[in-house]
Amino acid sequence: MIHWSVIIPLVIFLIIIFGIGFWANKQVRLSNSFLQEYFLGGREMGGFLLAMTMMATYGSASSFIGGPGVAYNMGLGWVLLAMAQLPAGYFVLMILGKKFAIISRRYEAITLIDFLKKRYDSNVVIVLSAISIIVFLFASMTAQWVGGARLIESLTGLNYTVALLIFAITVLVYVIIGGFRAVALTDALQGSIMIIGTVILLVATIIAGGGMDNIMNSLMQENPEFLSPFGSDGSLTPLYVSTFWILIGLGVIGLPQIAVRAMSYKDSNSLHRAIIIGTIGIGTIMFGMHLIGVLARPVVPGIEIGDKVMPTLTLEVLPPILAGIVLAAPMAAIMSTVNALLMLVSSTVVKDLYLNFVNPQATDHQIKTRSFWVTTIIGLAVVFFALKPPEFLIWLNLFAFGGLESAFLWSVVFGLYWKKANKYGSISSMVVGLTLYISIDRLSPHVFGMHTVTLPIMVSLVVFVVVSLATQHKTKPHIF
Amino acid sequence: MQDKRFKIANREAFIGVALVIINFAIWYGFAYGLGSGNPSEYEFVFGFPAWFFYSCIAGTIFMIILIWISIKIFFKEIPFDEEEDKQ
Repeated sequence: MIHWSVIIPLVIFLIIIFGIGFWANKQVRLSNSFLQEYFLGGREMGGFLLAMTMMATYGSASSFIGGPGVAYNMGLGWVLLAMAQLPAGYFVLMILGKKFAIISRRYEAITLIDFLKKRYDSNVVIVLSAISIIVFLFASMTAQWVGGARLIESLTGLNYTVALLIFAITVLVYVIIGGFRAVALTDALQGSIMIIGTVILLVATIIAGGGMDNIMNSLMQENPEFLSPFGSDGSLTPLYVSTFWILIGLGVIGLPQIAVRAMSYKDSNSLHRAIIIGTIGIGTIMFGMHLIGVLARPVVPGIEIGDKVMPTLTLEVLPPILAGIVLAAPMAAIMSTVNALLMLVSSTVVKDLYLNFVNPQATDHQIKTRSFWVTTIIGLAVVFFALKPPEFLIWLNLFAFGGLESAFLWSVVFGLYWKKANKYGSISSMVVGLTLYISIDRLSPHVFGMHTVTLPIMVSLVVFVVVSLATQHKTKPHIF
Repeated sequence: MQDKRFKIANREAFIGVALVIINFAIWYGFAYGLGSGNPSEYEFVFGFPAWFFYSCIAGTIFMIILIWISIKIFFKEIPFDEEEDKQ
């Protein structure tokens, strides 16, 4: 069945996004520094744009679809866990902060790898980083596109292939022609829709459930543990929850798609505003969407597949046009994550691999055509794999977040703040972090009851420091 | 030669670390401090269990205000480009 009144707001949303892509393309053609414009939007982002693009890149399908589904089954404990993400709004920007902004300008860095390259002066660091970015983020893009296509499929009744093509064409067109500027501007629209959608749905759910007291009473009667911080099955132990904080609180700094945004803003003032707006935005979305999942339980009981909770609830408690707006939110979340990843993988191939190893003397025109082609080919490859996602990509996607964090976190942080950090430390911490992360995940994900990412991050910290100190005689302390 | 701007940047990064520790303490402390008992004996604030209200709602609002104040008081405007640096 096709719900037209739900589809109309979605279509309008797609048209506006196309428009932004074409407008940004004009800027790309007018700009005199193609690389900086296409991959960083000319470092011109103000506070609101920066906040929105950080938030929208960070908030993905799991914040709107997966997360509320788990909250439906786990209760308020899952909302508590989700609130560990609040620091994502301010911590990254404060830690990377002005030092990263100054140094990336001094190094004329366009990508995170540019920064690592100038800082550690090592081809091994470039290649290791480029491979982990391409492998993990390609997998993670595929998973997000599958999610986006499934969502369109379930909302419109179109079949999976058509849904995937609609989704893919929209994203590819505006990213390819508009570059980072189009990504950031559409993120601002998408981020706003995410916040507005969350608030509308939260209010409507509370009303449909007959008020908060009423909803809490029903939850209490069904299972009192829905109201406890330990989760309905008692699995959210204090140790697990607090180590989960590491994945989010510390680790987000190591995500290249987030870090690259921390070098793209205009001035100090943009940074200050972005920290405040971003924290409010992330707080609202994470709190709202996960709480909605819990409150949905008495309102739409008996949903067995977690991913259906949010769409079912929306169609149940809202009139069609509003439902369309709210359902544009998860779509916006998926698009805004995918577009950032596509941009990042493309910049890694063009800037970090092609310009470093294949053709350092490329002319502006060559770089331009290569960038368009690389972005297009990667985009189409993702579509191809998303048609029938192979097992190994799904498998890799599970590691994407933790893997990138284990690989990059310390190289970025020490690279900025510790002058004794050297390439040997960086390489060994990347290798140890990644291998340890993947093997712990395979062998025993909850080792000692902690989150999988905890040990790799701790161990790669120690390895980084020890190896850097032990190899001091081989490299000079870095002067920024 | 140590760039003066880095001193400011380093201090602001420390403020970030301090804020995240305060954030963690409030979030974790209220949740497991007030929420460890039997759910049927929970107190409720504005319809929510007290642990949830203080940890996830009041705690979040408090953090946002604290971040806002720290930025207004401690965060300095500095130029990022090299040329302006030399003036």
